[in-house]
Amino acid sequence: MVFAAIFAGGVGSRMGNINTPKQYLDLGGKPVIIHTVEKFFVNDRVDEIIVLCPKPWIAHTKSLIEANLPAGKKISVIEGGKTRNGTLENAIEFINSNYETDEDTIIVTHDAVRPFLTHRIIDENIDAAIEYGAADTVIPATDTIVESKDGKIISSIPERKNMYQGQTPQTFRLKLLESVIESLTDDEKDILTDACKIFTIKDKPVYMVEGEVFNIKITYPYDMKVAYTLLKGKDSDD
Amino acid sequence: MINQVYRLTSPGIIDVACTVPDIKNSVLLRPLYMSVCKADQRYYLGNRSKEALKAKLPMALIHECVAKVEFDPTGNFKPGEIVVPVPNTPTEDDDVIAENYRLTSHFCSSGYDGFLRDYIDIDPGRLVRVPEGVDLKIAAFAELISVAVHAVSRFDKFSHSRKNAIGVWGDGNVGFITALILKAVYPDSKLYVFGTVYEKLAYFSFADGTFHVDNVPADLMVDHAFECVGGEASRYAVAQIIDHINPEGSIGLMGVSESPVGINTRMVLEKGLNLFGSSRSGVADFERTMQILSANPNAIAYLENLVGEVVSVRSIADIHKAFASDISRSFGKTIIKWEK
Repeated sequence: MVFAAIFAGGVGSRMGNINTPKQYLDLGGKPVIIHTVEKFFVNDRVDEIIVLCPKPWIAHTKSLIEANLPAGKKISVIEGGKTRNGTLENAIEFINSNYETDEDTIIVTHDAVRPFLTHRIIDENIDAAIEYGAADTVIPATDTIVESKDGKIISSIPERKNMYQGQTPQTFRLKLLESVIESLTDDEKDILTDACKIFTIKDKPVYMVEGEVFNIKITYPYDMKVAYTLLKGKDSDD
Repeated sequence: MINQVYRLTSPGIIDVACTVPDIKNSVLLRPLYMSVCKADQRYYLGNRSKEALKAKLPMALIHECVAKVEFDPTGNFKPGEIVVPVPNTPTEDDDVIAENYRLTSHFCSSGYDGFLRDYIDIDPGRLVRVPEGVDLKIAAFAELISVAVHAVSRFDKFSHSRKNAIGVWGDGNVGFITALILKAVYPDSKLYVFGTVYEKLAYFSFADGTFHVDNVPADLMVDHAFECVGGEASRYAVAQIIDHINPEGSIGLMGVSESPVGINTRMVLEKGLNLFGSSRSGVADFERTMQILSANPNAIAYLENLVGEVVSVRSIADIHKAFASDISRSFGKTIIKWEK
């Protein structure tokens, strides 16, 4: 089976706050999160979808899904964790509690705030996870990456041709992912915020799937303006 | 859902745009193979009037495609089924005028987005299943085959019953496919092909005779004819057809010309000829195309000869490569393998 786990935000987001999480903002007539879920909903290779969001947003998210999506694939909405890895662990636990899994079970994890992903990116993530065990979506870095250990002085400037920017999805064989997470110490768990980084630390291969420049993460108001522009071919009014 | 559409914004420039398709009522297709048409090439190169370019761009090109059903909320198709989308979309019913001639119909890659998209969102009534065993690279240009099938179906309706000899003028893709369909539909008729390039005429080995237009025997006569030349040369082809056609013959005009074409109307009157135009096609023509392909493996074998370069497309730069490859092609089709 192939599960899609949509990560829809961290803690502290309450309805009524002025800063509504970006995944719930309207983009072309639908909330961002619905656009993202739909891309997995229509992909024939994805069997079920799990949306992980803050507890106060679960009922609202369920209502949005019910109102926007046609009947078909099962979509579960559950609580995310305190951290990204905590959310990932919640997704794994939910799958293990509700389904029989085996070595071929695949989990595609994706940010709810990246609604511009494509069919190819999802398919190639699944293919790569089947072949290599883990896949990350990346694009070549266009800016020079500068490293600083103290935030003041540059400690190194890696060669740009070897640098990539990480996007999502990140996709894994579920059993392999579980075993790698289990091998982490509590200290390692606190430091490692990226699932693919866990694999590289443990010397497990992660295949790079070519992303898209437009597969942007909507984080800041500026990103929302870019998203409007991509969708409408013109800037938004706000 | 946000869908990526790769639009020609001005000649030679393609950019991604995003749309929000209706996933509650539309079938979503994932393009597999597409084929470049001369009409697409004219937009790409800017060989249309300024007015036409201004009115129709930006739009996604390509209207020849075979695709896989990815999602169907209407329940008409199963995921994984291989279909050909019909680029013509009628907006009203008409018991008399065919869907491809109604002025209110929309046509993909002519004022409306073509098939260069992440997903093609389309009404289920605009889809035709591809029979098993048909090469997908041939199915990619099923639309062009259906245009020939449509012309032959109209010919059947308009022409008299004596079909001892039929002539096809034009040794390009349209001439080749039209000749092939004529041979499949009228196996007992003599089929003659007239062209200007000996090398291309040699591909028509299924015909009963091929002739260079400069060396047509004076006494060679056909009962009916198809003009598949187009452009400035149309007038010479039509003139030669009128010379070599028997009285009361029908002439199917299929070649597109940007300029008006002079016709020897004196001889049209004298011979009582029937000239009819034929353009594009509709769902019924696509369905008949699939039936003809299923019943004629020999035709499929010949159509394989039309598959020219296959260009894998993973980027907009690759789309440009496909159009560049097609420009230099004198015969055959440039096929796009869609991996974007």
